[in-house]
Amino acid sequence: MDDDNKKTNNVVSGRFVISKTIDKLLLELYNIYSFVLRFFKEVFVPPYEFKEIIKQCYETGVRSLPLIALTGFIIGIVFTNQSRPSLAEFGATSWLPALMSIAIVRAMAPLVTALIAAGRVASSIGAEIGSMKVTEQIEAMEVSATHPFKFLVVSRVLATTFMIPALMMFTVFVALMGAYINVHQNELTSFTTFFSQVFEAITFLDAFSSLIKSFVFGFTIGMVGCYKGYNSNKGTEGVGKAANSSVVTAMFLIFIEELLALQIITAIRIA
Amino acid sequence: MYKEKAHINKDIKVISISGLKKAFGDLVVLRGVDLDLYQGENLVVLGRSGTGKSVLIRIIAGLLKQDDGIVKVLGKEVAKTSLKELENLRLKIGFSFQNSALYDSMTVYENLEFPLVRHSKHLTRKEIDYKIEDVLEAVGLSQTIKQMPSQLSGGQRKRIGIARTLILNPSIMLYDEPTAGLDPITCIDINNLINEVQQKYHTSSIIITHDLACAKSTGDRIVMLLDGQFQRQGSFDEVFDTEDERVKLFYDYNFVE
Repeated sequence: MDDDNKKTNNVVSGRFVISKTIDKLLLELYNIYSFVLRFFKEVFVPPYEFKEIIKQCYETGVRSLPLIALTGFIIGIVFTNQSRPSLAEFGATSWLPALMSIAIVRAMAPLVTALIAAGRVASSIGAEIGSMKVTEQIEAMEVSATHPFKFLVVSRVLATTFMIPALMMFTVFVALMGAYINVHQNELTSFTTFFSQVFEAITFLDAFSSLIKSFVFGFTIGMVGCYKGYNSNKGTEGVGKAANSSVVTAMFLIFIEELLALQIITAIRIA
Repeated sequence: MYKEKAHINKDIKVISISGLKKAFGDLVVLRGVDLDLYQGENLVVLGRSGTGKSVLIRIIAGLLKQDDGIVKVLGKEVAKTSLKELENLRLKIGFSFQNSALYDSMTVYENLEFPLVRHSKHLTRKEIDYKIEDVLEAVGLSQTIKQMPSQLSGGQRKRIGIARTLILNPSIMLYDEPTAGLDPITCIDINNLINEVQQKYHTSSIIITHDLACAKSTGDRIVMLLDGQFQRQGSFDEVFDTEDERVKLFYDYNFVE
């Protein structure tokens, strides 16, 4: 902690080792590394905040359901509708269920769920923990030796890590239902035919990779929200900035992770 | 010097500070502070805003690290304790924050239950309820048990903040501006509460304030922090019996900024 203080003081007082921007960037990277490392150190060590984890699962998961349901359903309908003309040119509208299942399971459901959660959950976590920091509530927990990191950070990161995959699966279901309604209306495809084509088109790798991606997205959302809130500056402006930058950073990282995952999964497929 | 008081045991130093220095960047706030807090004593630290009063008690509680000097609490050097030892030490320290720092997503009951259930796992639900009711009664706010912090007045929030620290039976209390932002009548209530806490829980306390009424009412001994060092020490009258313009100004204006 002493070293941390000295490093921070050097930056604050203008005694830069390399340059202002690079020093701040390096300090930020070091702080992120320490924060993530601390999470892994504390997550397996008792006491466990089960009550808080369940509460956060409810906040992250159940409370996101209406938005996820609406978005997923609309995406299913719209994407099916937009894809139809292209397939119709080749007389391949019967491939719509397969196309939709691949698009939804492989990419859209994990990405859309994560982006919605980044907007709703990461900002909420950033603002909540940020305001607790500003009003000294985190320090109050520290001086009563009640492990604020475990109570606030570990519980929230675990909740997002496990609830985002669950929400992703829900998004898959709702989006496919939207797609089915559209296909049924236009091609008069039955429920059984539609879903048998859906399940034929997707592989274990599709489902498994999406699930793993969602765990990573969930971890990222929780970690970014908590980090931004925990390190927010004093004052109400800091709370707003923490909420805002939680969303922006989480979304940015999700896109980067999606690109990396795409490369890895493609490599696995080729192999 | 100030009169010896029966409830103060001068043989036991609960807090001992020597040569304490702290700076934030180029801003030096503490320039070698020496201080002892004796068992059972209420020590008031007076000083203008920004003179490092709050920094002092944050260092004592291990929330900040000093640049130099030694801070011993109950015989243990805070800066050299392990995390586990620091946590054990913190259980013996009650910290009352300037803005109360109540957990605003929890009710008053949950605020008081939060530290208790984490440190007294052997307690039954009935015993927890009893302790919470007891400590709420001690601060005179039994009726607020189901209320959220946002429903409380400033004075009530201060009292609940003090109750939350008392629930772990600390031997040392650190009050950060306990009367800041309160009306004069509520200030008197808080001052009386600080004295009642001292008598009922046999605590030793450091009270950070710039409120002279609070200092006079609660302090067994008063020290004045000027230019990063303690310049005056003694009873209230002794501290202000001086020709030092800075001290006189503080007294005359009762610190109107």
